[in-house]
Amino acid sequence: MLCGGAAAIAFMVTLGTSSWTTEAAAKGRAEWKTEYSRPGEVPFPEENPYTAEKSALGHKLFFDPRLSGSDYISCGTCHNPSFSWGDGLPTGFGHKMTKLGRRTPTILNSAWGELMMWDGRFESLEEQALGPMGAEAEMNQQLDSIVEELAAIPGYRTLFNMAFPADGLTIENIGKAIATYERTIVSGIAPFDRWIAGEESAMSSAAKRGFDLYNNKANCVACHAGWNMTDSGFHDIGLPDDDIGRGNVLKNVVKMQHAFKTPTLRNIVQRAPYMHDGSLGTLKEVIDHYSDGFTRRDSLSDEMKPLKLSEDEKADLLAFLLTLEGADPMVAAPILPANDQVPGAWLKRLSPAAGGKAETPECRTARLHLRRCK
Amino acid sequence: MRLLSIVIVLVFGFAANTTAAEVAVTQKGRKFSEKKIELGVGGSIKFINDDDVTHNIHSTTKGHAFDVGAQKPGQTIVHTFDKAGKVKLRCAIHPKMKIKVTVK
Repeated sequence: MLCGGAAAIAFMVTLGTSSWTTEAAAKGRAEWKTEYSRPGEVPFPEENPYTAEKSALGHKLFFDPRLSGSDYISCGTCHNPSFSWGDGLPTGFGHKMTKLGRRTPTILNSAWGELMMWDGRFESLEEQALGPMGAEAEMNQQLDSIVEELAAIPGYRTLFNMAFPADGLTIENIGKAIATYERTIVSGIAPFDRWIAGEESAMSSAAKRGFDLYNNKANCVACHAGWNMTDSGFHDIGLPDDDIGRGNVLKNVVKMQHAFKTPTLRNIVQRAPYMHDGSLGTLKEVIDHYSDGFTRRDSLSDEMKPLKLSEDEKADLLAFLLTLEGADPMVAAPILPANDQVPGAWLKRLSPAAGGKAETPECRTARLHLRRCK
Repeated sequence: MRLLSIVIVLVFGFAANTTAAEVAVTQKGRKFSEKKIELGVGGSIKFINDDDVTHNIHSTTKGHAFDVGAQKPGQTIVHTFDKAGKVKLRCAIHPKMKIKVTVK
């Protein structure tokens, strides 16, 4: 098939012989284990390398609700570390409690990601950091005014100058700082990691059988591959909703209709409910879906095949998934830079009672106590 | 005579690089065997899926957009490039798989 109006493009498909099937079948537990070793370091892109100053600034920005139009939603409102960087809801809520169409994805291990969001519409974490901020239904921030708003907070001016000595506070640097912080959010060592590293007692026999199923009969590895349990790819896994996901971005690619990004399975037990629409409440329901509960259609991933798992096999698979819960570090809520004590543009915007004039100390006190200023 | 041989090798060697009729690219372990390819106009790439999962090579580069559709393990697909330009290819299913193709 051709798309995008490309002219005179030709291609030819042939079926050739391949050793792939025999190779895949021949792999045993020991060989599969070699594919799950944790990486030694976090990757940071050349165009936005790690610095401690950027990460510290990004930490504050991530948890600062003043980045939203309403000043009450931060990135961390939905990407809550207490729920493994999700929100524990079937679908998220945004500006004025607007119910969003998809479940909040975790940002765990996003340093290893490729395209961002369930539908991959952002090429980088830097872009993604600004996307929900400017989205009317989500954080509803006017991106052309956020720089001015943050510049009115003296502490942020200092922090941006430290993190970005060349150009300080810019919209791009807001994205870079948040992305840098997000890349430092890495799942902790799990029982599975200890087993991979050689500690045989770290996993039960049931979990080890589950690992074998994961890589063979259940075929989870076809998409949830590698130490982060994701191929960072897009698949239609046969959920019966109308959301076409990646198909909104790649309209003419059949396999991208109803396709969504493969999430990491690290700490998966902490992130119920599951799937892009939050439609499955437990991991048991998820396993039942993959076993034979999915919708057949042209876009369905070729990796989706009826598994016909027995109840014992499902229990083993679940036992394995539970071993992916890591000993993640505690996440401290940052102390945020205080508003300017001299009322400025930010305070005036928050204070309609001030009528655009400088807010008096009495009015500020009244506003902070939710009373009308006379 | 030796100098002439060197000149012939250089000339024909260079020509083969920039006007290659067909370059073979393998997909294995969710990776392409090549990251950058130079072709002449009318040249083609033979994509071999030697992986254990389906791939789907496509491009959204303006003026060069195409989609070869799902390519199952064991399948080979030949795609021809008939216009000069720089084309970014990706596997739609596995977007970490990328190739930059320069067609001269």
